[in-house]
Amino acid sequence: MHDDDTLQIQMAKYPFLTETGKYLKDKSLTLEELNNPDWKPVIEKAYHRITATIAGKIYNSNLDQPDIEILSFIIAIILLKKSGIPTFSRRFSLQEARRAENYLKRDLEWKGDGSIVEHVKRKGQSQQLALDILRNEFKLDVVMAEDSFKVRVTDYLKRGAHFHEREWKLVNRKVEQGLVFLSSDETVRLIRKELDELIGSKIQSINIESIPDTFQERVRDIKTLASNTLEIVTFSGEYPPCVKHGIEVLERGENLSHSGRFLLATYLLARGQTVDQIVPLFKNAPDYNERITRYQLEHISGSLGKGTKYQCPSCDKLRSENLCFAIPDCDGIINPIQFGKKRKTNA
Amino acid sequence: MHEKSVATVESALKEYYFNRFDLIHVPTRPTQREFGYQKFNSGMTRHIAIKTDKELHLLLMKEIPSDVYCSNAYYSFPNLPMSEKDWKGADLIFDIDAKDLTLSCRKDHSIFKCVSCQAVTKQHLPKCVKCGSTRFESTSVTCKNCINESKKEVRKLIDILNHDLGIKNEEIEVYFSGNEGFHIRVTNQDYEQLDSQERADLADYIMFNGVMPETFGIRKQNTSKLDLSIEEGGWRGRIARNLFSSKIKTSQTVKQIMVNGYSAFQLKLDEMRHIMGVRVDPKVTMDIHRIFRLEGSINSKSGLSKIQCNNLDSFDPFLQACLLGDDEVQIICNCPLPITLKNKKYGPYDNETVTLPKFVAVYMICKGLGTAV
Repeated sequence: MHDDDTLQIQMAKYPFLTETGKYLKDKSLTLEELNNPDWKPVIEKAYHRITATIAGKIYNSNLDQPDIEILSFIIAIILLKKSGIPTFSRRFSLQEARRAENYLKRDLEWKGDGSIVEHVKRKGQSQQLALDILRNEFKLDVVMAEDSFKVRVTDYLKRGAHFHEREWKLVNRKVEQGLVFLSSDETVRLIRKELDELIGSKIQSINIESIPDTFQERVRDIKTLASNTLEIVTFSGEYPPCVKHGIEVLERGENLSHSGRFLLATYLLARGQTVDQIVPLFKNAPDYNERITRYQLEHISGSLGKGTKYQCPSCDKLRSENLCFAIPDCDGIINPIQFGKKRKTNA
Repeated sequence: MHEKSVATVESALKEYYFNRFDLIHVPTRPTQREFGYQKFNSGMTRHIAIKTDKELHLLLMKEIPSDVYCSNAYYSFPNLPMSEKDWKGADLIFDIDAKDLTLSCRKDHSIFKCVSCQAVTKQHLPKCVKCGSTRFESTSVTCKNCINESKKEVRKLIDILNHDLGIKNEEIEVYFSGNEGFHIRVTNQDYEQLDSQERADLADYIMFNGVMPETFGIRKQNTSKLDLSIEEGGWRGRIARNLFSSKIKTSQTVKQIMVNGYSAFQLKLDEMRHIMGVRVDPKVTMDIHRIFRLEGSINSKSGLSKIQCNNLDSFDPFLQACLLGDDEVQIICNCPLPITLKNKKYGPYDNETVTLPKFVAVYMICKGLGTAV
């Protein structure tokens, strides 16, 4: 395999890299040319790429056709930008991030066949590229060890300390000489959020004035899909600002943190809403899955599991999680649940 | 504190701050730090910018503060309100205090003072024998054991900073806090940018908090795969060396863990946390906006100085941090226990008028056990 081919395949795996722009420039392909019916299959692929992610699936790449892979990604982000549906853009960046995550994992622990010389060379190339992406795009220096990967304690804490699972606590990691030992899966998991944000920023930053007719048709389809599947959820009543913030984040189709979702669920349950009433609120979340949402809400409400009904977190707890957006009306309350009641007393 | 006592202590502090400018300096990057101070019987004054030693000395002479503080954080605008300061980073800091170590000696050097009638006792009684009040203030006086045990925690902390976190000795500054413990400051720039949550996780690591049996290969369904080696570094190595103290015991230990099961291993880890985890105050480490006692300044809880310990093993705070003058001062002292300062024993005193060196008189007043005449 030639180095050029290798580079193309790498770009097909990671089309969000800055190198992709240079590649397109070298090809001197213009948007007008893409209006040619010959390119229709690539536009279809781009559309398929979007619909797969809307359905919550990871798009399956075909690395035998790297050119089409790279172009379909670029066209997909143009279509999304022109459609202007934030929820779909979020879902796309999330699932594309998962897709790239899978490639990064594989590249980090490259296991191939062929002659030993070829194997060593390909493994070296593939690992080097993955390490370069982690270093250049995410400022994560990874040192290869015999059977693990090592990252600096501070780089680890900046990410791992914000994960909720206990296994990510530093005390549950092997730590030596300022380095944390990780598997390839764990190393890549560390940058999941940043990968998602990087792809999201590509959609945000792309600036195309007019698009070919062949694109227009698919933009219309995406808009129709949005009006058929996304629900505008409106809730009546005065909510405290922290709850309002959570609802707004979800309405914009942005990702709300685990703690933010927990706040919404416990607050609304405490205000007497049912699981059925709350589920649609999460419909615009980029990683929405009705079955999982329902399961989690039922757990929080106490109707599943050990029957523990979880309480709405206190204002103190929310402040420590940067989820407090206090306004003067919040004075004197220690839990969001008291928001309305306190106000009545004051009135 | 009574007016006369305030005057006595302030005069001693003024003399110290005037004579010992050599000990009191602004820390590195002073223009980016927030300073603050407190005066006796008064609140905290914060959000002050001090750029040079000269400015600091001027403030000390003018205000004669009881306590002086400086932020571990760096800001673009340290003198503006917190929300406008523009946080740039913060030194990593640790506080080890003897009162948090649950030491058995504490009961031998604690004194309880009735809030109503000021009567003092060595025991914690439910009611004051003189006036029947149930409200007491407690204080504790000089104890070598408390200092030695705190030093042990400092050594444990330095071992983790060096070997686990890759922080060099040159990047670690150890200070006597000025009362009953030690302050540790890490100057490694990599750690400056950590936010509060990240520092809390780091404190948990140092304290060995939140550890799971799974980390060592012990699962609820399978307890036979203990994965540890004494050759390893970090907590894994420490735990292995604790469990497998001799070769003969190794196989027995593994067998025992397998038989006793998951919950028993979790309990074993909790036991080890009490012995091996470092007892730092996590609230201090995770606070990225704290103003921390300034090195060289006097701690008004004792009249002793917060000073750097260059040799922890030989450091004696009751000698080396006892830096106030020794002119004689008359006070009424009510201290039922003897104290030792500068290698000399003073007391006990039963509500009597005594003439003492200034450093002892101030110590007694600061501890609430003496009043100026």
